[in-house]
Amino acid sequence: MQDYVLQARDLDILIQVVRAEGFEVMGPVLRDNAIVYDAISTAADLPQGWTDEQEKGTYRVKRRNDGAYFGYAVGPHSWKKFLQLPHRQVWKARSNNSGIQVAEIVDEAPQLAFLGVRSCEMHAIAIQDRVFVDGEYQNDSYTRRRSNIFMVSVNCTSAAASCFCTSMDTGPRVTLPCDLEMTEVIEGETHYFLVGSESYRGARVLQQLPVVPSTQEHEAKAERAVQNAVRQMEKGPRNFDSTDLKELLYRNYESPSWDRVAERCLSCANCTMACPTCFCSTVEDTTDLSGTYAERWERWDSCFTADFTYITGGAVRPDTRTRYRQWMTHKLATWHDQFGSSGCVGCGRCITWCPVGIDLTEEVRKIRELEKINREGP
Amino acid sequence: MIPRVYRIEHRREEYPGTFTLEMSADRGRPVTCDPGQFNMLYAFGAGEVPISISGAGRRDGLLVHTIRTQGLVTAALERLKEGEQLGVRGPFGQGWPLDLARDSDLLIIAGGVGLAPLRPVVYSLLDGRGRARRTQLYYGARRPEERLFRHELNQWGRAVSLVQSVDHADSDWPGHIGVITGPLQASRINGPETIAFVCGPELMMRFSIRVLLESGVPASAIFLSMERNMKCATGLCGHCQWGPRFICKDGPVFCYKDIQPWFQIRGL
Repeated sequence: MQDYVLQARDLDILIQVVRAEGFEVMGPVLRDNAIVYDAISTAADLPQGWTDEQEKGTYRVKRRNDGAYFGYAVGPHSWKKFLQLPHRQVWKARSNNSGIQVAEIVDEAPQLAFLGVRSCEMHAIAIQDRVFVDGEYQNDSYTRRRSNIFMVSVNCTSAAASCFCTSMDTGPRVTLPCDLEMTEVIEGETHYFLVGSESYRGARVLQQLPVVPSTQEHEAKAERAVQNAVRQMEKGPRNFDSTDLKELLYRNYESPSWDRVAERCLSCANCTMACPTCFCSTVEDTTDLSGTYAERWERWDSCFTADFTYITGGAVRPDTRTRYRQWMTHKLATWHDQFGSSGCVGCGRCITWCPVGIDLTEEVRKIRELEKINREGP
Repeated sequence: MIPRVYRIEHRREEYPGTFTLEMSADRGRPVTCDPGQFNMLYAFGAGEVPISISGAGRRDGLLVHTIRTQGLVTAALERLKEGEQLGVRGPFGQGWPLDLARDSDLLIIAGGVGLAPLRPVVYSLLDGRGRARRTQLYYGARRPEERLFRHELNQWGRAVSLVQSVDHADSDWPGHIGVITGPLQASRINGPETIAFVCGPELMMRFSIRVLLESGVPASAIFLSMERNMKCATGLCGHCQWGPRFICKDGPVFCYKDIQPWFQIRGL
């Protein structure tokens, strides 16, 4: 892939060209003291000069001492809200003298461009693709929306303390296909993006930008920036070996560790809402006051809710112990058997947005340690 | 996926709170279903519930579902009268492996409304579509009057030998009293040549499987039907996950050999 250099001051041209190609651009914006994804119309909408500080149960945006556009890690939102809508109507039905008629609601799939998709997030989208598109049955709304996306990815050049994509083999370098791939480089007075295109649509956009072919020096600087993120994570507290996670968790369904985490977990479902791969949904059926018009809506659901497993006689998972065990074991173990990969991309959102600071990587470590103690004695 | 509209042709109360609906497709041909599969039944405005198919007549084309009222949706289905309509999505899931019974002794073990998904197995034996060397049906229920298909059970004798047990009965009751595993244990099961289809409460299935294994029935010849909360029936909503499996698409009928370790885990 031939890379090009786009000066940072020309980033807005990229946004305008993508818009002119017919896409509504979604990207990071600073709102309510968090960097979230929403519609943007110019580069001025981006959180330039802001970063995020994350730890378990903690998220703060902070000023950077430079003008980086993508100088943060990930916020509470993920791109899934544009693909698997949090709330959508599935069908409408009427009942009258001639019987029941049910009509599917085909929601319009807008032409969206995602600006600033991280490698972990691309993996998350690929994981949801395997759930919603590649199986025997499709989520039609997701499938239509997904096929329209123009994807502009960004290589991570700094990691939050909550990040562990290197442990999950999902980043920080972008390896999955996208339309445009960018690396932001700031060194002293120089501030540019190394840009490459991987699709016909991406090449078309690239052609319209004031870019110059990159030199080895440009590329070396970009590589150094990405390696910076790798180093941060490898030295960080959440670096761990994930290769045997499935076997570890399959052996430990009855670990006392689940009782301990249940004492802290609030079953609040925050982790499942913030997770970019959690895909569970439920449905709501309603009628109007006349009782002749009915609707069905689908909305995000969480395996932490009490009625998630309700069948005659009560909830199959009646307590926090079994619900946390389900969530974590699904994410890290059973997902492999269901969809051929882990369900975790190491983005750290579940750690940051847990109100009591439960850390998935820490819980894995505890299970491993307890197993070792039980086997070998303390 | 939206429901197809079906019309209730016949409605029969099995016993209070439990009823059987025979339905015809409002438009087009009725779907073909395998014994053991299920449909999502939609009561207008109230919602959907997964219900096993208790019959799919080849001749009359009627789809049969037997339902026990437990919640809002089943209560709404219970209120429907003959001539009224409901929605049907399906059929979904993997059914009973009838082909495997051809050269074996087929042992059907059902508890309560668990007989409903096994009724199509009996009918396929009766009309010659399915074959087994010989078939025994062990049916356990709470009381004699809380048995499903009471008026058909005697006719089934042409294809199956029937052993019944109830928890409570007065002295008129000719069958066993107590849990169904009692008579099952007392019977002579030709273990290695038996294939077993089991459906009922999980506790009852657990004990039945124990008896089967003790009688030498291989784990690979025991099949059971599982129940979990379901919203979509297509593997997308996540509700029916059971370890690495989705009850809706990998089940509801599973081979015990495949799920043995998972079946032992409580609160999975």
